[in-house]
Amino acid sequence: MDLIELRDVRKTYHLGEVDVPVLKGVSLSVAKGELVALMGASGSGKSTLMNILGCLDHPSGGEYWLDGNEVSGADANDRAKLRNRLIGFVFQNFNLLARTSALENVAMPLNYAAEHLSEREMRQRATELLRRVGLSERMDHQPSQLSGGQQQRVAIARSLINRPRLLLADEPTGNLDSRTSEEILAMFAELNQAEGLTVILVTHDAGVAQHARRVIRIHDGLIEKSAGGN
Amino acid sequence: MKFHRILGTALRALRRNVLRAALTTLGIVIGVAAVIAMMEIGNGSTQAIQRTIATMGAYNLLIFPGNIFAAGVSYGGGSTLTLTPLDSAAIALECPSVVAAAPVVRTRTQIIYGNRNWVPNSMFGTTPAFLEVRDWTEMAEGEAFTERDVRNCSKVCLVGQTIVRELFAGESPIGKEIRMQNVNFKVIGVLRAKGANMMGSDQDDIVMAPWTTIKYRVTGNSVSTPNLSVATATASTTPLPSQVYPNFSLSLYSVPSAVQQADTPAAVRFANIDQIVASARSAEQVPMAIDEITSLLRERHHLRGEIPDDFTIRDLTEIMKTMSSTTVLMTNLLLIVALISLVVGGVGIMNIMLVSVTERTREIGLRMAVGAQGPDILRQFLTEAVVLCLLGGIFGIGLGRATSWMVRVFKHWPTATSLGAIVAAVVVSATVGIVFGFYPAWKASRLDPIEALRYE
Repeated sequence: MDLIELRDVRKTYHLGEVDVPVLKGVSLSVAKGELVALMGASGSGKSTLMNILGCLDHPSGGEYWLDGNEVSGADANDRAKLRNRLIGFVFQNFNLLARTSALENVAMPLNYAAEHLSEREMRQRATELLRRVGLSERMDHQPSQLSGGQQQRVAIARSLINRPRLLLADEPTGNLDSRTSEEILAMFAELNQAEGLTVILVTHDAGVAQHARRVIRIHDGLIEKSAGGN
Repeated sequence: MKFHRILGTALRALRRNVLRAALTTLGIVIGVAAVIAMMEIGNGSTQAIQRTIATMGAYNLLIFPGNIFAAGVSYGGGSTLTLTPLDSAAIALECPSVVAAAPVVRTRTQIIYGNRNWVPNSMFGTTPAFLEVRDWTEMAEGEAFTERDVRNCSKVCLVGQTIVRELFAGESPIGKEIRMQNVNFKVIGVLRAKGANMMGSDQDDIVMAPWTTIKYRVTGNSVSTPNLSVATATASTTPLPSQVYPNFSLSLYSVPSAVQQADTPAAVRFANIDQIVASARSAEQVPMAIDEITSLLRERHHLRGEIPDDFTIRDLTEIMKTMSSTTVLMTNLLLIVALISLVVGGVGIMNIMLVSVTERTREIGLRMAVGAQGPDILRQFLTEAVVLCLLGGIFGIGLGRATSWMVRVFKHWPTATSLGAIVAAVVVSATVGIVFGFYPAWKASRLDPIEALRYE
C-alpha cells in the first residue's frame, strides 16, 4: 500500500450561511520514497490540501490513508500524535524559536513524543542531525545569528528529529535567494535518495517543482494533472 | 511530557525575555514584599501592644482563699484562710504554665512621714516575685526588696508615685523612714508610674513591703476578716509582741551564723496569706495555668474528689478579650492589604501572559504542528505563569525582609519575623500564578495550529 492514499477528499468551509467548497473530491496516492511537488496558484486549495496531508486539518468527506491508518476521522489529539510520529514540517518562514539555540530548536519536538529519551540522548540525536545538515559548527547559535539558508537547515534537522515517514515542506525556498534555494532543494533530494524519505514540496514556483520527480497540480479544488518531472 | 521538561521549557521561554519577565513579576514582588514587611512590622507592633497590655496584668491570675459557709450563712470569698506562702512557692515551682507567683498579705492603715499622713489605697505584703507578676520590676528610683528581706522581716518598703506626691511632696523618699502602725519602714525603692487600672482605682497609691513584715509586725493577722465571728475564729489568739509593745523591735529568730545557716535550712513558718497572684506565660496558657494551679492546690490541701475547692481562681477575662480583639483586627487589616496587592500583581501577570500568548502565536502553532497537544501547551504557559509568580514571591520575601530590617534599624520600630507570612506568601503567589495564568494558557491551548502558524 502507498504511504499516502487520498480517496475523494472534500473540504468545505462554512462562512456564515455560505458553504465554500475548497477541495471538491481529490484522489491521489504517493508511494513510499517519492519526491513529489504539489503545485497550484493561490486559492487553488493547495494550502488546504497540504493541511489535510499534514494532519493539521481533517477533511469534510472522503478517506485519507496515511501509512496504513485511516486518519480522516481522527480528533485533534490523535492528529497531534500522528504529526509527531509520522510527519516532519518545514515552513517558508522557518518558524524557529527566537533566542533559542539551534540545538534546542532541533530537539524541541522530542519533548512531546520521546519522553523515554534522556536529556543526553536528545542532545545526541539533535547533534547528529545538525551535523547531517552541515551545521556542526553552529549548534549553539541562535536563529538571529544564522543566515536564512542556515535557519532553514536547522528547520530541516528539526523536522527529521522524530524520524518521520513523510516530510512536508511548505514553500521551503520562498524566503531564500536562488543559490541557497538550490542548496536546500538539493538537501531534500539527497534525503529522499539516501534514506528513501518521502518528501512533498508544496510550492507555486515551477523552478522548485522541477526538482521533484512527480508534480501534482491542483486547480480550483481538483487535481489537474499528475505527471513525471524532469 | 515530564515535569522537569515542562519546567525547563518554561524557564527557557522566560529567559528569552528576561527584562519583560522581571517587569511582569514586579507586581508580585512588590505585593509579596508589602505583605511580608507589613506582617513583620505588624507582628512587631502586635507583640509590643501585647507586652503593653501584659503590663496591665492581662495574664495575671488571682487566687483567693475559699469562703466559709456555715449554717446557711456564707461569709463571702476569702473568709477562710487556706492559702500559705508555701502554696505560692509550689505554684511558681511546679506549674509549667506559670512564670511567677507571689503571696499577698493586705492591710489598710495610716502611714506617716514627718507632719504628713496618708492612707494608701493598697498596702501589700509580698515577695519580690510580685513585681515580676505585675511586670513592675523596673524601679523609678532605688531598688526592690529581696527574698532575704522577706526571710528577715526587714522593715523596708517600696512606695508608688502617688505616695511620693502625697507624703513626700515630690522629693525623693529613698532612705527616708515612714511609720506604719508605729513601725518604722525605710523606703528603699520607688515604683514606676502605672496609672489607674481598668476600674479607675489608682495603682500608684501603693506601699509594698515583705509579707512577713506586714504580717508579723504591722497587722499581726490577716485583714480579710470582714465578719467578726470569723475573725475570732481565724485570727491568731496570742497577740504578737509588736502589738503589745509597739516600739519593741522583734527579732523572730536569732541571726544564724553561716555554718548554722548551712546546717539548718530556713525554717518554715506556717502562715496564712490573703491571696496569691500568679502570672501565666501567655494569654493562651491562662486556662492551662488555671487547671495546673487547681490540681496542685487540691493536692496540697488534701481535697478528695467530691470536696469543693477551698480557693477560687480569677483571671482578667476583660483585658484578655481586648487583647485578642486587637490582634484579630491587626491581622484582618493586613490580610486585606495583602489580598489587594496580590490581586493587582496577579492582574499584571495575566495581562502580560495574554500579550505573551498573542506574541508567541506562531511558536504555539509550531509546537502544535510538531505534535504538542492542547494540554501540553496549557501546562507550558501555566508553568511559566507559576514560575514567574514563585520567583516574584521569593524576591518579594527578600525585599520585604530587607524593608522590615531597614524599618527596624532606621526607624526603631519593633518587627518580628513571621514564618507563617513567608509560607503564606509562597503559597499565595503560586495560587495567583495558577489563577491568573490559567486563562491565557487555556486560550493558548485552544488555538488552531493552522491559524496560529499563519499568524503574522
